[in-house]
Amino acid sequence: MKNSIIRLENISKTYGDTKVLNELNLSIKKNEFLTLLGPSGCGKTTTLKIIGGFETPDEGNVYFEEQCINTLPPYKRKLNTVFQKYALFPNMNVFENIAFGLRIKKLPSLEIESCVKDVLNMVNLNGFEKRDISSLSGGQQQRVAIARAIVNKPDVLLLDEPLGALDLKLRKDMQIELKNIQKQLGITFIYVTHDQEEALTMSDTIVVMNNGLVQQIGSPVDIYNEPQNAFVADFIGESIIVDGIMHEDFVVEFIGHKFECLDKGFDKMEAVDVVIRPEDVKIVEKDAGKFNVVIDSVTFKGVHYEMVAHTDNVCDTKWLIHSTQKAVEGSTVGINLEPNDIHIMKKLSAEVGDSYEEK
Amino acid sequence: MKKSIYRLYTFLVYFFLYAPIIVLIVYSFNESSSRGKWGGFSLKWYAELFDNPTIMTSLKNTLLIALLSAVIATIIGTLAAIGIHKLKPFTKNFVMDITYLPVLNPDIVTGISLMLLFVFLSIPLGFVSLLLSHITFNIPYVILNVMPKLKQLNPNTYEAALDLGASPIYAYSKVILPEIAPGILTGFLFALTLSIDDFVVSFFTTGPGVSTLSITIYSMTRKGIKPEINALSALMFITVLILLFIVNYRSENSKKENIDEQNI
Amino acid sequence: MKKNKSFCAYPYYVWMITFIVIPLLLVLWYALFKSENDSIVFTTEYIKRFFEPIYIQVFLRSIVLAVISTAICLVIGYPLAYILAGKTFKHKNMLMFLVIVPMWMNFLLRTYAWLTILEKNGILNQILRFLNLPTQNILYTNYAVILGMVYNYLPFMVLPLYTVLSKMDINLINAAEDLGANKLTVFKKVVFPLSLPGVVSGITMTFMPAVTTFVISKLLGGGQTTLIGDLIENQFKVANDWNFGSALSLILMVIILLSMRVMTKYEQENEGGGLF
Repeated sequence: MKNSIIRLENISKTYGDTKVLNELNLSIKKNEFLTLLGPSGCGKTTTLKIIGGFETPDEGNVYFEEQCINTLPPYKRKLNTVFQKYALFPNMNVFENIAFGLRIKKLPSLEIESCVKDVLNMVNLNGFEKRDISSLSGGQQQRVAIARAIVNKPDVLLLDEPLGALDLKLRKDMQIELKNIQKQLGITFIYVTHDQEEALTMSDTIVVMNNGLVQQIGSPVDIYNEPQNAFVADFIGESIIVDGIMHEDFVVEFIGHKFECLDKGFDKMEAVDVVIRPEDVKIVEKDAGKFNVVIDSVTFKGVHYEMVAHTDNVCDTKWLIHSTQKAVEGSTVGINLEPNDIHIMKKLSAEVGDSYEEK
Repeated sequence: MKKSIYRLYTFLVYFFLYAPIIVLIVYSFNESSSRGKWGGFSLKWYAELFDNPTIMTSLKNTLLIALLSAVIATIIGTLAAIGIHKLKPFTKNFVMDITYLPVLNPDIVTGISLMLLFVFLSIPLGFVSLLLSHITFNIPYVILNVMPKLKQLNPNTYEAALDLGASPIYAYSKVILPEIAPGILTGFLFALTLSIDDFVVSFFTTGPGVSTLSITIYSMTRKGIKPEINALSALMFITVLILLFIVNYRSENSKKENIDEQNI
Repeated sequence: MKKNKSFCAYPYYVWMITFIVIPLLLVLWYALFKSENDSIVFTTEYIKRFFEPIYIQVFLRSIVLAVISTAICLVIGYPLAYILAGKTFKHKNMLMFLVIVPMWMNFLLRTYAWLTILEKNGILNQILRFLNLPTQNILYTNYAVILGMVYNYLPFMVLPLYTVLSKMDINLINAAEDLGANKLTVFKKVVFPLSLPGVVSGITMTFMPAVTTFVISKLLGGGQTTLIGDLIENQFKVANDWNFGSALSLILMVIILLSMRVMTKYEQENEGGGLF
C-alpha cells in the first residue's frame, strides 16, 4: 500500500438496474503501466471514469496519494486522460489543442510554445502546429490526443482504449511508442483495453475484469501462465477447457483418463475446470499417447498448424491443437500432456459462468 | 441549487409559450361572448360550433386542401427525389437550388408570385389555385425529407435484388421503398402540418367565397374573434397533442428497446 | 437502367418551372416593366421608389424590430436549449417536443390571444392592478410587435440550438475539464464555439420570418407599426400597385437570399448542424 499512487476502496456503481462495479478494490503503484482488461461491459471504462472524476461512485472511496478525492472535480485532479476516439476540439488547430491546458494554467506564451514543441517532438509530429484536426489521419489524431494530455505533466495518465480506432499495423507501432513514452516520462499509465494481446505486450500489471468484478491481478506472464479461473484462461489466449474431477492432490481425471498434475489443495472428488493451452498439446503416433483423437480439420497459420480434433470416446470434447507437426485430416493420432501443461481451476460461480457462456 | 434555477428558468419559458394557449382554451369555456369578460363556465360554444356554417366550411376546406395537397406533393416529391438523386452533381445542385427557393423565400413573396401566375394564366382565384399553391410549397419539404434517406441507401442492395432476379420495379417496391418510407412519411406529415397552418400564401392565392380556417380567423380578427373558433382550436389542439404524445411515447419506447438490445 | 429512373422527376420539373420559376419571373417582370400607351417599356422607377425616405424608413424599421426580436430569442433560447440538452431533466425529448407543440395551434389565434392578455383591461393589467402595480399599455406599440415576434419564433431558435448542443460529444467537455478548465472556461472555449452552427441557423430561422411578417404587426401593432410586409400586402390588396409591390418583393427576396447564401456558406465551413 505504501507506494501506491491511486487506491480504490470498495467502489460500487449502478446504472439503472445494472451493477457495473461491485465492491472493487484496486491499488495502483507509482510509475507502473497498469492495464484494465476485459470484455465490453465489464466495468473497465467506468473504473477509469471514476478515477478521472467524470463519474462518482455510489459507494466506496478513491484515494490519490492516500487522500480521498471523491468530491474533487476533474479539473482539480493531477491526472489527464486520453479519450476514446480522442475528443480533440474540432474548433482549434493542433497547437491550440495541446496548449489548452497550459493556457488555463496561464503559463507565459513563450513557455507554452516550447512545451508544445517538445511534446510534439516526443510524439513524432514536428511541424504539425498549424494543422486542422480534421486534416489529420487517425494515427496523427491519436498522437495529438496523447500530446495534449502529457504536456500538462500529470502524475497519472488515463488511456481509454486509445488505439481502438486504428488499423492493426498502426496499433502495433503505437503500442511500442506508448510504452517508450511511459518509460521516458516515468509516470503511471492506467490503460483500458479489451485487446488481450495489447495488454500482454505493454503492461507491467494486468487487471482482468468481468461483470464488475476483478478476476485476476498480476504480471502478463503470471496471467498467461497461471490463469486463476476459466474466464481468465479463455479471455487471455486460446485454451481448451474441459470438466474434470480432482481425485487427490496431483491427480486429476478428465475425458475418462487420469493425469498427473502440479495442483493440490482441492477437496477429494471436487469438480474442477481443466485448462490446457493449444500449444502445449503434443501429437504422437496413434495409441502412443495418453488418449487418441480424430483430426477434423487442419489450417495452416504461418507459424504453426491449427488443428481441430475430437476425442473418440464417450465424453466427446473438442480439442484445439497448435503444432508445427502436420497431421492428416480424418486420421487418428495420440495425444500426450505433461503435468505442467495441465492447469486446474476451481469451478466458476454461476454468475461469472453465465456471462462466460454468452461470450 | 443550480438545478432549481434551471428548473425555474425552464418553467418560466414554458409559461411564456403556453400562456396564450391556456387563455384561449379557458375562454372557449366562457359563457360571455366578449373577450376579456368572464361570464361563467359554459360548453355552449362547443355546441354552436357545429351549427356555424362559415366555420364548418372553412374547416372542411382546410382539411380537404391539406390532405389533397399533401398526398399529391408526396407522390410528385418522392418520384422527384428518386430522379434527382441520380442526376450528375452539377445538374443536381441546380435543381436543388430551385427546389430550395420556396423554402428560403419569404412566404409573402411565394404568395404574391403565385397570385401573379394565376392572374397571368387566367386561373380564377379559388379552390383550385389554393390547392396548386399548397402543393407547390409542400413538394420541397417532401424532397428534402426523402433525399437524405436515398443518400443513406446502400447502392448494392438494389443491385443485389436485380442480381437475384428481381425486375427493376419489383426491386424498387421491395428493397428501396421500405428503406425510404420513413422519409416519405415525415415528408407527408410535414406537408400536412404546413398546409393546415398556412395563412400567408393562402391569403394571396384564394378568391372570394373560398376560405380556409386561417383566412376565416384573419377576417374575424378585425371584428373580433367568435368564441366558436376558440372552441374549435382547443379541440384541434388537444387532438393533435394526444396524437403526438402517442407517437412520441411509442418511438421513445422502441428507442429504449434498441438500446437494451445493444447493451446485451 | 439509370436513364429509366430520371423519368421519375419529369413531372416535378414541369411543376417546378410552372410554379416556382415562372411566378418569380413574373415578379421580375412586374418590377421592371410597365405598360405605357399600349407598349411595354423597361423602367427602374419602382425600384427607385423604394429608396424614397418614407419607404426606407419602413424597411429600416422592419430590420431593427427583427434584429431586436432575434436577439431576444437568442438570449432566451440559448439557456433553454443548454438546459434541455444537459442533465437537469430526464425526459428531454418530451420537453423539447413541448417547445414545438404550440406551433400546432393556429398562429393567428395564438397571436390574437395576446390581445386578451395585453389590452387595457386585459389579464396582465388585471393582475398588475391586483398587485397594486402600475398598469402597462404596450398593446399597439413596437413592444407588442417585438413580443409577438419573440413568442412566435422562439421555437425556431431553440430547435437548432438544442440539436447542436445535444449532439455534442460529452467527451469534449470531459477532455476540457480534464485539462483543467472550469465550467465557465469549458463553455467559452469549447461549448459555445462548437454550437455556432446552431446559433447561425437559429438566427436565420428567426430573423427571416420576423423581417417579412405582416400579420404580427397588423394584429399587435394595430396598424401603428408598418413593416415591409405590410407595405407589400398593401400594394396588392389595397393600393393595387402591383408593379411597386413586385419591386418591393424582388428587393426583399434578393436581400434574404443573399444573406442566406452568406449564412449557409459560413455554416458549411463549420460543418453545420442545422435542421435538415
